[in-house]
Amino acid sequence: MSTWFTLIWIAIIGVGIFLYVVLDGFDLGVGILSRFAPSKADRELMIASVSPFWDGNETWLILGAVGLMAAFPMAFAIIVPALYFPILAMLVGLMFRGVAFEFRSVPGAHEGLWDIAFCGGSVLAAFSQGVMLGMFVTGFTVTGREFTGTSFDWVAPFPLLSGAALIFGYALLGAGWLVMKTEGKLQTWARRMGRLALAVVLVFIAVVTLVMLVHQPQVFGRWLRFPNVLFLWPVPLGTALAAFWAWRSLGGSGDAQPFLATVALFGTAFLGLAISLWPMIVPTSVDLWTAAASPSSQAFLLVGTVILLPVILAYSAWSYWVFRGKVRADSGYGH
Amino acid sequence: MELDPVFLSRIQFVWVIALHILLPAFTMGLACFIALLETAHLVTKSAVYLRLSQFWLRIFAVSFGLGVVSGIVMPFQIGTNWSRYSDAAANIIAPLLAYEGLTAFFLEAAFLGVLLFGRKLVPPVVHCGAAIAVAAGTFFSSFWILAVNSWMQTPAGYTQTEGRFFPADWTAAIFNPSFPYRLTHTVTAFFLTTGFVVIGVACYHLRKGQFVAESRKMLSMTLWLVTVLAPLQVFLGDQHGLNTLQYQPIKVAAMEGNWHRQAGAPLLLFAWPDQAAAENRYEIGIPGLASLVLRHDMNGEIPGLTEVPPEDRPPVAVVFWAFRIMVGAGLGMLGLVAVGLWLRARRTLFTTAWFQRLCLWASPIGFVAVLAGWTVTETGRQPWVIYGLLRTRDAVSPSLTGFDVALSLAIYVVVYLFVFGFGLILLLRLMRTIPIEHDGPAPETSAILGGQRPLAAGMPTEADAP
Ligand code: HDD
Ligand code: HEM
Ligand code: HEM
Repeated sequence: MSTWFTLIWIAIIGVGIFLYVVLDGFDLGVGILSRFAPSKADRELMIASVSPFWDGNETWLILGAVGLMAAFPMAFAIIVPALYFPILAMLVGLMFRGVAFEFRSVPGAHEGLWDIAFCGGSVLAAFSQGVMLGMFVTGFTVTGREFTGTSFDWVAPFPLLSGAALIFGYALLGAGWLVMKTEGKLQTWARRMGRLALAVVLVFIAVVTLVMLVHQPQVFGRWLRFPNVLFLWPVPLGTALAAFWAWRSLGGSGDAQPFLATVALFGTAFLGLAISLWPMIVPTSVDLWTAAASPSSQAFLLVGTVILLPVILAYSAWSYWVFRGKVRADSGYGH
Repeated sequence: MELDPVFLSRIQFVWVIALHILLPAFTMGLACFIALLETAHLVTKSAVYLRLSQFWLRIFAVSFGLGVVSGIVMPFQIGTNWSRYSDAAANIIAPLLAYEGLTAFFLEAAFLGVLLFGRKLVPPVVHCGAAIAVAAGTFFSSFWILAVNSWMQTPAGYTQTEGRFFPADWTAAIFNPSFPYRLTHTVTAFFLTTGFVVIGVACYHLRKGQFVAESRKMLSMTLWLVTVLAPLQVFLGDQHGLNTLQYQPIKVAAMEGNWHRQAGAPLLLFAWPDQAAAENRYEIGIPGLASLVLRHDMNGEIPGLTEVPPEDRPPVAVVFWAFRIMVGAGLGMLGLVAVGLWLRARRTLFTTAWFQRLCLWASPIGFVAVLAGWTVTETGRQPWVIYGLLRTRDAVSPSLTGFDVALSLAIYVVVYLFVFGFGLILLLRLMRTIPIEHDGPAPETSAILGGQRPLAAGMPTEADAP
């Protein structure tokens, strides 16, 4: 029974983190791109396209964090202090990004300053999440139940590289969102930005894959050993197809396709990462089963999650539906 | 000087949570006020309610944004700086925190979008429903977070193995002994906090002679609210204190500045607790009153701090003075509502300039009381994180150096000063600015009905007067 709880929980947390990456990813991406908006009016539109959603999207991050604490407390207690400064940077970034939404529209509030905060916060949050991802891939120093590395372990080429990569990754998601929610010149611009970001992302994916295969023999073995190859080849193929689809649709005419293709690309990359790391929850030393919470804790939360998660998904979807269609210039307070 | 990661982590925690709690303390009441205004508008179709709702919605949006960004910092604090505590207690507290996310945060976030931006996109009933959903979310949030905090104060429903805590009985863990008291006292505190801000804003506009119909309406509505809640809060605080006396007697001893167990203990109005000497200097007190309050008997026995070894005592002066500030604020509120009642009976509530000035000055009183109250609660719990079971100094993350925490603390201080400083300026600006009319007929507000004039008969606010 407790095996099942643990498996269900890693699935829920996996889905939660993926939803966060995609949903807040496009918010942050719009933030990253906002600095380069062709005009002030365009920037207003870009920000308005995410205003009603960012808070809900960010909530998946909270759920990911407390879900991890609830279902895999040992992993939480090791990973979170290990990421001390990346987390601090992310929180500062999210803080500036979050208040900028509200502050910039208050009369007399130095709008330009908060527009910079909006973009800067988004870049910082994206970068630090990428650094965390990099740390996660390279692994943590653990003794017993505790992290015994230093708070500066993240200052290493690979985490910094993946930090930079995620900025472009989120910019790509943001561009896909803008293609879907805007029209005319702004949309054309978003398509161009999307292709730019995609090109950089693909280079990064190639580099990350190579580094992983070369430096982590167990990953190499997992992917290329027989018979795993037989099951796993669809993942790299899917990644390639998604990338191709994204490139095509960004140049083409479908409005929703670039976003969907980008989500597919993130999905396959996420899956690939999960396969590489399985069953480690604190790479490279602690696995799921060791870190799992007591069955009673997992069960107590699972009951509520099974009931509440569909409800949450339903009303969140409804709120997207309320604001469906292209974003208009007159959307805002009181409208 | 050696930088101590434990001490610095504590300062950091206090800094981020004290600023966070200011926002829920305000937005919880405000969310309910907006839901009430939206409902009133829906039912009565009176434009006053709509304008009031629109006015407060802008303020709500900014404060809620601040609440959200400072809230996200909180669960991470528990992991980054208190990882040993997380490892020990997560099996119990983490599911409760997760329930807060599932029941409250998603609800608030999804419906906030509709509330702020969807007035023209959904039917009025749905828009009003969104306001109610947001308000409900703030309740759920307080419920779970206070369950967590109360469990740390009065742990129940757990078993302990190898220093870690596991759930034995969830109902006992959630509804632990101090939880009902803490929940009611805190929620009431939040409503009072919002209430006094609304009253202050109403008085500001009345004094300026602008936004008059609206200001009278909100002054009248809110003054009724705090008239009921302020005495209730004093009662709830007393009950909370009795509960604390039972479960955390040393905290009460610190609140009273009582070093030795004694019968007929005085209520100290002033004292300078000296932690090292284990005694007070410059005591001024009312004989027997502390015993009367806490034991309901002039000769009741009050526990003393010296019953536990020095290393198990909280910092007495902090608890002692924070408690006096909170109680002082509570008595101040009582005084204000008494004057308000008297003016209302004389029908000069809306025209008494000195009362309006007083209310303006009193508007932050709730925040003061909330911070003071939490300082009593949390500092009085020291040196424990989980009362009697896990010491604060054993809770900190082992990997942190003093330098790490000093650096992070410096960053938090600078960033929060900037963000909250700006936030405060913008909020004050929004509170002073009356909304521009978009639609509907011209308001019945006009400068001639200024604050100094006697109350005209048949004003909408009359309906709320006795
Ligand atoms: C508007 C705010 C407000 C006001 C007017 C009061 N309080 Fe309070 N008090 C709080 C807001 C608060 C609080 C911030 O909400 C606390 C912190 C934790 C808690 O449960 O409530 C608190 C804690 C708190 C505690 C600590 C309980 C513990 O930690 O174990 C006691 C004993 C009291 N209160 C008692 C009182 C009394 C006797 C008051 C009457 C004058 C009073 N409070 C007014
Ligand atoms: C329910 C959630 C809460 C949790 C999980 C929590 C957790 C903690 C922890 C781990 C500490 C230890 C650090 C220390 O000793 O300084 C602490 C202390 C403290 N907390 Fe809380 N707390 C909560 C609520 C609050 C709230 C709402 C406040 C309001 C301002 C608050 C104010 C403080 C203060 C002032 C201290 C410092 C005590 C001292 O240094 O003597 N806490 N809390
Ligand atoms: C007495 C203590 C606390 C109360 C009553 C409280 C209540 C609230 C409320 C009502 C909100 C909604 C936002 C707002 O209204 O401004 C909020 C936001 C938040 N709080 Fe607290 N809080 C407390 C302390 C804490 C602590 C200790 C944590 C961390 C464990 C925390 C985590 C959060 C988070 C993550 C958010 C953002 C939610 C969002 O995205 O909507 N809070 N809190």
